[in-house]
Amino acid sequence: MWNIAVKNERTTEDIALGIRRRVFEHAMRNNGGYLSQACSSAEQLAWLYNEELNLGAPTLPMIPKPFGGVPHADNPDYHTGAGYNGPFEPEYDRLFIAPAHYALVAYATLIETGRMAAEGLEMFNKDGSSVEMIGAEHSPGMEVHNGTLGIGLSTAAGLAWARKRKGEKGRVWVYMSDGEVQEGQTWEAIQCCAHHRIDNVKAIMDVNRQQCDGAMDSVMEVGDIKAKMETFGAVVVEVDAHNVNDMREAAKTKHDGKPLIILANSNPFHAMPILEERFPRLHYVRFKSEEERARMNISIAESLGVDPIDYAH
Amino acid sequence: MVEMVSRPYERAFEKHALANPEVLCISADLTSSCEIDKFRDNHPDQFLSMGMAEQNMMSFCGGLGLAGYRPFIHTFGVFTYRRPYDQLMASIAYPRRKVRIMGFLPGITTPGGMTHQAIEDIAVMRSMPNMTILETGDATEVESICEAADSIDGPVYCRVLRGSMPRLFDTPIKVGEMRELSLGNDVLIVTAGITTEEAMRATKALEAAGVSVRHLHLHTIKPFNAEAILDHINAVKGGVITLENHVTEGGIGSLVAEVMADNGVGKKLRRLGLKDTYAHGGSRAYLMRYYGLDALALTQGVEDLLGQKLGITETDLAEARVDAVHSLAKAEGL
Ligand SMILES: Cc1ncc(C[n+]2csc(CCOP(=O)(O)OP(=O)(O)O)c2C)c(N)n1
Repeated sequence: MWNIAVKNERTTEDIALGIRRRVFEHAMRNNGGYLSQACSSAEQLAWLYNEELNLGAPTLPMIPKPFGGVPHADNPDYHTGAGYNGPFEPEYDRLFIAPAHYALVAYATLIETGRMAAEGLEMFNKDGSSVEMIGAEHSPGMEVHNGTLGIGLSTAAGLAWARKRKGEKGRVWVYMSDGEVQEGQTWEAIQCCAHHRIDNVKAIMDVNRQQCDGAMDSVMEVGDIKAKMETFGAVVVEVDAHNVNDMREAAKTKHDGKPLIILANSNPFHAMPILEERFPRLHYVRFKSEEERARMNISIAESLGVDPIDYAH
Repeated sequence: MVEMVSRPYERAFEKHALANPEVLCISADLTSSCEIDKFRDNHPDQFLSMGMAEQNMMSFCGGLGLAGYRPFIHTFGVFTYRRPYDQLMASIAYPRRKVRIMGFLPGITTPGGMTHQAIEDIAVMRSMPNMTILETGDATEVESICEAADSIDGPVYCRVLRGSMPRLFDTPIKVGEMRELSLGNDVLIVTAGITTEEAMRATKALEAAGVSVRHLHLHTIKPFNAEAILDHINAVKGGVITLENHVTEGGIGSLVAEVMADNGVGKKLRRLGLKDTYAHGGSRAYLMRYYGLDALALTQGVEDLLGQKLGITETDLAEARVDAVHSLAKAEGL
C-alpha cells in the first residue's frame, strides 16, 4: 500500500527513468504510443509528483476500477480520477494535466510514485477501462477533461481564485504543453490571472517545440513565448526540462499577484536518441515496419539500460 | 464480401482541389489525421496551416470566402463547432460563405473520449440557419463528398469517414436525395453514416425472421426532403425506427419525428442513438455495442416497435467488421 514515507525515497531522476522505461515497454508492446512525450516530460512529471506537489495518500484503489459511467443524475456514484492525487483537503495541492494526450506518461508517473499499481497501465486504452488513451476526468490522476487543448489553465485559475477566497493553503498546479499557446484561451487565462491577482496558480509547460503536424515553427510560429506571457501578466522562468535542479530553483521564484509559469525547454528525444530519426513526426510514434520496431526496441532498451522488450508474447 | 477501400478521402480531395483552383486546403494541426498530408507536401501553394487555433481559423475562412475562395476546413468534427461556435455562426453561416467543413471522426468513431467525439454536431448544425449538412456512410460517398459539398451555394458541414471503409454504394452522393436500400412494408429503418452498415446487417436477419424492411440511408441531412420520406413512412404498417451515431435529440431521429408530427402521421417511432449521455473512449465496435448503436440494438429496437419477439441473436447477424485500434491502416488512434 501507499505510504507517505515513499515520497522522496527515490531520486526524481530515477523516477523519470522509470517513467520512460514503462512508456517504452508499453509502446513496444502496442506498436507505438506517445513515446516522445515521455522523452520530453518525464523529469517534469517526476519532479512534480516526487518533490513539488504537496499531495495526500491516494483515496482510490491501486488497481483502477473499470469505467463507471459519465456524470449524470442517474449515476450518483460517479467520481473523477483525482483521488489518485490524494484527498481534496485545504492544505493539499491540486494538479491538472492540460494536454490529456500525455496521459500515458502521467499514468506511468503514478505507478513510479506508488500511487497506482503497475496493472493500471495494462488497462490503457482497453475497452471498458477507465485508464483512457486521452485522459478523461474519470481516468487515474485526472480531475477534469482536458482533451480539448487550451482549457486547463482557465480551470486552474478559477479553482485557484476560489481556494484563495476560502483561505485554503493548497496551490493549483497545471501541466501544460506548448501547442496550447496557439489557442487564444491560454492568453485569456493569463490575462485573467493577472487581473485578479491569482498567484496560487503555477504552471509548468513542456516546451518541446512539437505538435501533431511536426515542428511548431512549420505549423504556426508562436514567437517568444516568455516575452508574450510576461506581457500578458505572468511571471515566467525558463529552465532546462531535463535538469531537476533548474525546476527546483524556478519553483522558488516570487510571483506576488501573478501566476508563475515555468517554461521547461525539452528535448523530444531525450534519453531515446534514436527517435530523432522520426523527426519531425514525433507526436504519436507508430512503428512503420517490424524492422523499425525491432531496431528501436534494441536501441531504446540500451539507452534506458533495460533488456529489449519481448513484445511477441 | 464487401470491398474495403483505403483512404478514399485523400484521393478524392486531391482530384477535386486540383480541378478547382479556388479551393483551398485548410488544416488545424491534424493534417495526417485528416488524410491531407500528401496534399500538403505535393501542393503547398493550395495548403494553409492554421495551427491549433480553431476560432481564428473559422473567421479567417470567412475572410477567404469573402474574397471568393472556397476553403475546405480539415480537422476533427468536434473541433469545428464546439469551441469556435460563435465564429462559425458570425463569420461563416450568417453571411453564407462557401466554406466546406470536413469534420472527421464523427460520433463514436474515435477512441478519444468526450472531448473528441462529435455526438451533437448534427443537432448544432441543424439549428444553424444557412448551414447544409452532409454525412458519408461508405467509400463511394467519401469519394463524392468534395464535389457534393462544393456544389452548395453556402456553408456545408460534412461528417467524413477516414481510413479503411466498406464500399456499400455504387453511385455518388446526389445532394437532396436519399438512398432506398430496401422497400419492404412492415418497418421503416432510417440510418446515416456508419449506422447504415449496421442496418444492412440487421435487415438480413429481420427479413429472415419474417419482417419486411424498408431501409433508407440519408447522406443529405439538411436541407431535408420531407415529402420523399413521408411516402416511405406511409408505406409501412409497423412504424419507423432510426439509428444514429449521435445523441437522439436533434439528429436524424428528431428530423423524422418532426416530419411525422408536421404531417399528422399517427405511427410509432423509435429513436436509437446515444440517449442523453456523453460517451467515453474505446474501440468503435465496443462503443457501438455499449451505447446500443449496432445491428443487435437495431433488431431489439424493431422487436420493441412491433411488440413482438423475433428471437434474433448475435449469431444471426452477419459478421461484424472489427477494426483494430492500432491497425496498420491508420496512422494512430487519433
Ligand atoms: C482544441 C483542440 N484542437 C485540436 C486538438 C487535437 N490535438 C491533440 S494534441 C495536438 C497538438 C499537440 O501539440 P502539443 O500540445 O504541443 O503536444 P505535444 O506535441 O507535446 O505532444 C492537437 C492539435 C485538440 N486536442 N484540441
